[in-house]
Amino acid sequence: MIRWLVGLIGLGAAAASALAADPVMIGVGYLGVAGTRSTLSLVEQPAENDGIAGARLAIEDNNTTGKFLNQRFTLEERRIGEGEDVVQAATALAEKNGFIIADLPADALLKVSDALRDRGTLLFNAGAIDERLREADCRANVIHTAPTRAMLADALGQYLVWKQWKRWLLVVGSHEEDKLFADALRRTATRFGAKIVQERTFEDKGGARRTDSGVTLIQRQMPVFTQQAPAYDVLVVADESEVFGAYLPYRTWDPRPVAGSAGLVPRSWDAAQDQWGAIQMQNRFVKLNSRRMTALDMQAWTAVRMIGEATSRTNSGEVKKVADFIKGPDFSVAAFKGTRLTLRDWNLQLRQPILLVDGRMVVSVSPQEGFLHQVSELDTLGYDRPESKCKLK
Amino acid sequence: MSSSRHRDDAAPPPPLAGEGWEEGVSVRKTPQEERALSRIASVDAIRPPPQAGEVKAARAQPQRIEVQRPLHTLMLPLSLFAGLALANAPAHAFIAYVSNEKSNTVSVIDTDSWTVTKTIKVGQRPRGIDFTRDGKFVMVAVGDDDTIQVIDAKTQSVVDSLPSGPDPELFAQDAAGKILYVANENDNTVTVIDLEKRARLGDIQVGVEPEGMTISPDGKTLINTSETTNMAHFIDTSSRQIVANVLVDARPRFAEFKHDSSEVWVSSEIGGTVSIIDPNKHEVIGKVTFEIPGLRKEAIQPVGIGMTKDDKTAFIALGPANRIAVVDVATRKVLKYLLVGQRVWHMAFTPDEKYLLTTNGVSNDVSVIDVAAQKVIKTIQVGELPWGITIAP
Repeated sequence: MIRWLVGLIGLGAAAASALAADPVMIGVGYLGVAGTRSTLSLVEQPAENDGIAGARLAIEDNNTTGKFLNQRFTLEERRIGEGEDVVQAATALAEKNGFIIADLPADALLKVSDALRDRGTLLFNAGAIDERLREADCRANVIHTAPTRAMLADALGQYLVWKQWKRWLLVVGSHEEDKLFADALRRTATRFGAKIVQERTFEDKGGARRTDSGVTLIQRQMPVFTQQAPAYDVLVVADESEVFGAYLPYRTWDPRPVAGSAGLVPRSWDAAQDQWGAIQMQNRFVKLNSRRMTALDMQAWTAVRMIGEATSRTNSGEVKKVADFIKGPDFSVAAFKGTRLTLRDWNLQLRQPILLVDGRMVVSVSPQEGFLHQVSELDTLGYDRPESKCKLK
Repeated sequence: MSSSRHRDDAAPPPPLAGEGWEEGVSVRKTPQEERALSRIASVDAIRPPPQAGEVKAARAQPQRIEVQRPLHTLMLPLSLFAGLALANAPAHAFIAYVSNEKSNTVSVIDTDSWTVTKTIKVGQRPRGIDFTRDGKFVMVAVGDDDTIQVIDAKTQSVVDSLPSGPDPELFAQDAAGKILYVANENDNTVTVIDLEKRARLGDIQVGVEPEGMTISPDGKTLINTSETTNMAHFIDTSSRQIVANVLVDARPRFAEFKHDSSEVWVSSEIGGTVSIIDPNKHEVIGKVTFEIPGLRKEAIQPVGIGMTKDDKTAFIALGPANRIAVVDVATRKVLKYLLVGQRVWHMAFTPDEKYLLTTNGVSNDVSVIDVAAQKVIKTIQVGELPWGITIAP
């Protein structure tokens, strides 16, 4: 109902501005999954509009610029419910929108990209961090603004090594994505000279994340789980599934810091980030959405801003032209991270600094000083060109 | 628990910020990892063997900082030298005011003794700073207090404030010193203020995150740059309407007219260039680009611009490149790079144009450049994160 009303008002506004001169209309779709995942910490519980809220802000920013160039951006949202066909939803969204921001699991994203390949729709992966989407399963019509697990792990690993915390106790959850993150962390340890002194697996035996008995049991479990470890500097935890990671800080048998999925966490963005002029954008975001900005919001914001940047540089709303410019050598986008962000042309992954955050502050930003590269220091994070298995098609 | 820790105490302490990879992080030297390193081809791709310029870059970093320090330790002989230079010239003592973004103060510098003679407490986050045309007052934008404070140059204390609109950053005044135009970073507007009546006359809607402000020598055109829209907006000061929008490279921060009005120079912090705009045709007619051997491109972030009165030489602050570029205005080529302090932001000439003073944000000092000799002759410690600077007319 409300959406219809908004649509009508939108139409009215479009009709009014059409009187002046027909603006170039640029349709952006947002495709996500309905419902939110559960987190251990209540404050980390994602809002229902996680992601799209960032896209909305970028649409506003693009339209402020667009009014000087006679370009108008619109946003159409579609959420897939249980059992709904993602390809059908994507195809419907692609009718009116040349660009689609996707927050989908890897398999769904691949289905959508293959289904829309001949249509010329340009997809932006704002949600999935899976390596394979940029490697063996890369696609020429998918641009990735979400970082990869390897980028996140390398960003964390560079800092830990810089800090001389080189002996890691690796604790891994029992779910598939936990194992993938653990793989990335092992690769990081090898690349940057850290040593994993021991690995432990935390089995998910089910159970509720919130109980009335509270932390009593956790306080007994976690020290026992981490006791009798070989000497280590930092406990590195891979628990993307949010089963136990957040229980570890302050509860380890030995007094050691925790990093990875809890404690010091690598992220593309954080509500506490205020460097490099970010405070202005954080303020705009809070004003528009009445909450703070998450990493997913930022990944969607960046995707929509990339479209806006390319439409203003090419002075065109034509998808092919815009896509070619984004994939070309002259493209870069400013995203409040102190440096221009560019695309890795071999797999269309956005190069970006990664923040290391503790839930209250930005502790550091990687790449760390001294990690050098002949092309871009941002390429010290994640898989580099010579290692890539991606063949864009 | 602590016994295992002691063994590690022999390990070198964590590197200090600014220390290079070689001393700080001894990944290559870790024997147990040599096997792993040689196995992974990518490691060599990331840190290649010495090649033209590359490794020089890594080593040059700490060295550059070393060059800084002798300046401080050599202060005595240098000040003698400066004193001698001044003794030969007619005694011209000027007063410079420097806004310190972090310490919420303004440092007052005497250009005769090159010392800080007073530190004035001001509001929160002082940045843009300028003398009134009559030389009686200094205006300083205190962004986090949403106002511009007025300092009496005689008593050197805050005496008044102006209704600047939210989050003022940079501002420009007309030739008569009657009207002030303020960039409000938070709400995409430029506020117009009557300086005598201390009253707000109105505002002008511009792009996202307005920042740079300058007025044409004839007072007819106001230029505002917007950081996320990436445009220079040309505003007719009589009608207060935007007459043209010129797209420049990413994150335009500062605009400066040539004294003969023939060109406007706009610096793009993230784009890494200075665009030269024809103010009549509203077109970019040229660009100044920068290349510093051994310095990665992303570190070159142009901000402040100063132009000599004869329009022959421009000085451009390059932010985290820690250098001022000296540019031949006619050919738009860089003549040389002057090493100043870390993260150089803005600058001001002494009225006799003998000296140029630059604010160095990260090293908390001001560099003094001998304009004719094109040499840095002195460094003066000021407050934390110095940002803007103005010198009494």
